[in-house]
Amino acid sequence: MKTKTPAIPYIIWTSLFVIIPLMLVFGFAFTDAEGNITMANFAKVMLYIPVIMRSITLASVATIICLILAYPISFFISRKSKSIQHMLIMFIMLPMWMNFLLRTYAWMTILENNGLLNRILIFLSLKPVALINTQWAVLIGMIYNYLPFMILPLYSVMAKIRQDTIEASEDLGANSFTVFTKIIFPLSLPGMAAGITMVFVAAVSTFVISRMLGGGANVLIGDLIEMQFLGISYNPYLGSAISLVLIVISLCAISLTQQIDSDDVDEMLL
Amino acid sequence: MNNNIILSLKDISVSYGDDVILEKLSLDIKDKEFITLLGPSGCGKTTLLRVLGGFIKPNSGDTFFDGKKINDLPPYKRQVNTVFQRYALFPHLNIYDNIAFGLNIKKVRKSEIEERVIQMLEIVNLRGYEYRNVNSLSGGQQQRVAIARALINKPRTLLLDEPLGALDLKLRKEMQIELKRIQQSLEITFVYVTHDQEEALTMSDSVVVMRNGEILQIGSPEDIYNEPKGAFIAAFIGESNIIDGIMHDDYVVEFAGYMFKCVDKGFNKLEKVDVVIRPEDIKVIPPEEAEISGLVESATFKGVHFEMMVDAHGYKWLIHSTKCYEAGTEIGIDFTEEDIHIMSKEEEEDIIL
Repeated sequence: MKTKTPAIPYIIWTSLFVIIPLMLVFGFAFTDAEGNITMANFAKVMLYIPVIMRSITLASVATIICLILAYPISFFISRKSKSIQHMLIMFIMLPMWMNFLLRTYAWMTILENNGLLNRILIFLSLKPVALINTQWAVLIGMIYNYLPFMILPLYSVMAKIRQDTIEASEDLGANSFTVFTKIIFPLSLPGMAAGITMVFVAAVSTFVISRMLGGGANVLIGDLIEMQFLGISYNPYLGSAISLVLIVISLCAISLTQQIDSDDVDEMLL
Repeated sequence: MNNNIILSLKDISVSYGDDVILEKLSLDIKDKEFITLLGPSGCGKTTLLRVLGGFIKPNSGDTFFDGKKINDLPPYKRQVNTVFQRYALFPHLNIYDNIAFGLNIKKVRKSEIEERVIQMLEIVNLRGYEYRNVNSLSGGQQQRVAIARALINKPRTLLLDEPLGALDLKLRKEMQIELKRIQQSLEITFVYVTHDQEEALTMSDSVVVMRNGEILQIGSPEDIYNEPKGAFIAAFIGESNIIDGIMHDDYVVEFAGYMFKCVDKGFNKLEKVDVVIRPEDIKVIPPEEAEISGLVESATFKGVHFEMMVDAHGYKWLIHSTKCYEAGTEIGIDFTEEDIHIMSKEEEEDIIL
C-alpha cells in the first residue's frame, strides 16, 4: 500500500540531521548573545563582502576549469569498453579514498617555495614560481580535490549515450561537430548541471584548502564560519548568519543549474 | 523492378584480430528491390549491413554505390540511411524533431521540413504525435518514428537491422506488411537484416542466406524454400525432415530403410547425401497401403495444422496434417518423388539451430 507520508525512519533521519540543525542556525543567526531578536548579525556580514566575493569568484573559476578538464576526460572514458571504463573510473576515484587533509598537505609540499614543483623548475633551469599562499594555490587545490565530482556525473550521463544514437546521427548526415552540438552536448547537460552544482557548492564552502594552501591572506567564507565557532573571536551568532548567507549562495547555484536540467533542453538546442 | 545494380560489394573481408567475420564476400543489390540478409546470429549479416552504411571499414574489398566506389565515404556522406535495431531515437528531441533531424542538418527551409515531416508521419500512421516525447511511445511506434526519420532524407537505399526484433509477434506481423507497403509505394531499395526466416520469406524479393561470414544461397523466397542448397538452409528455412541417405544411381536413393525414386541426378555412386522432405509434403494414408508406417508419438495443435512426430522403425518423421491422429495410432506415410530433395552432405560442421 502506498501512502503520501514519507517513511518514519526518513522523518527521524531528516529531523535529526537536517531540520533541527537548520532551525538552530536560524535561531542563532537572528539573535544576539542576550537572546534578543536582531538583524545586527547580518549587518556585520556586510563587512565580509570581499571575502564572500572572493569565495564565489574562486569557486566559479575552479568549477569552470573542472568542467573544461572533466568534459573530454569523461567522454573519452565513456566510449571505452565496460571493463576499461570501470578501471579508468577507479583511477579517478583512487585519490578520493585518501584523506582529504593528507591530499591537501601533499599539495603543500609540491607548491612550497622550495617544494617539488619549484625544484623541478630549477632543475630545468626555469624561474621558480611563488604559488603557496596565493589564490592560485587555492585554485589548484580546489580543482584537484573536486575534479572527480565533475567527472563522475558527467561520465555517468555520457555512458548512457548509446553508440547507436551517435551512429544514427552520423547516418542522418551529422559530421563530428554536429554530432557534438546536436547529440552529445544536449544529452550531457544533466551531468554538467550535477557536476557544476557539486563542485561549486563544495568549493565555495571549503576552508581547509584555503587555510592550508592560501595562507592567511586568502580567507574564504568557510574559514570565516570556522573562526566564529572555533577561533578566538567566538561568535556563533555571526557564524550562523554567515552560514545562512552561504546556504543562500548554494541554493542560488543549485537553482541556476536546475534550469539547465529542466525539460526545455530541446528549446535550447534549436 | 529493374535490373540496375545500386549497391555492390566486391571481395569484402572484415576481421577483428584472428576473428574473421566476413571473408571475400561479394553481393549485388538491385535497385528498388527488397533484399533480406538471413542467417543465424553471428553469421556476419549485421556486419555486412554496417559495411554498407559506412560504420565499418572492411579490411579489404570495395563497396560501390551506383557504380561509384564509396569505400572511404563516411556515413554522413552516403545516400543510404539506416534503421537501427534498438531504434536509436534521440531521447532529448520530440517526435517532430527526431524526424526532422536529417533535414535540419541539411539546412532545408523550415516550411519544407514541416511539409515533409507531416507527410512522413502520415506514411507511418503517426499523425498527431508530433510533439510527443520519444519515451512515451510504444515499441512499434518508436520503430515507425525510426523508419520515418530515415526515409525523410529520401535515401536511395534503406538499411534495416533487425528492426522488428524487439516487437511482439502480432505487432511484428503488422509491421512486416507496413514495411512492405512503404517499400513498394516509395520505390526504394530495402536491405533488411533478420534471423527470422518467416519474416524473410514474407517480405523479400530476394533472400541472401548467410552462415559463418559466407553467402550460402541467393534467390527468391520460393527458390530458397523449395530448392534449398544444402541441409543447413533446408533446416534453417522452415521445418524439415533431414535424413541420411545414399545415392545408388541417378534417380535412385536409399533412406529410412527403403529405396525411393527421386528426381535428382549427378551424384557419385553410393555417395552419402542428405534427404530433405518438408513435413507438409508428407501425406497420411492407411498403414496397410503404405510402404512406411509407424506409431504417432506426439500430436500438437498448431492452429492451421497438427504437427505430429511419427516413429517408423526407429526413424522419426515430422508431419503436418490438417487431421489429427492421436498418439499411439498407427499410420502410414507417403510422399511423391518430387517431394524428395537430395542435398550433398556438408563437409565438416554440424547443423546448429
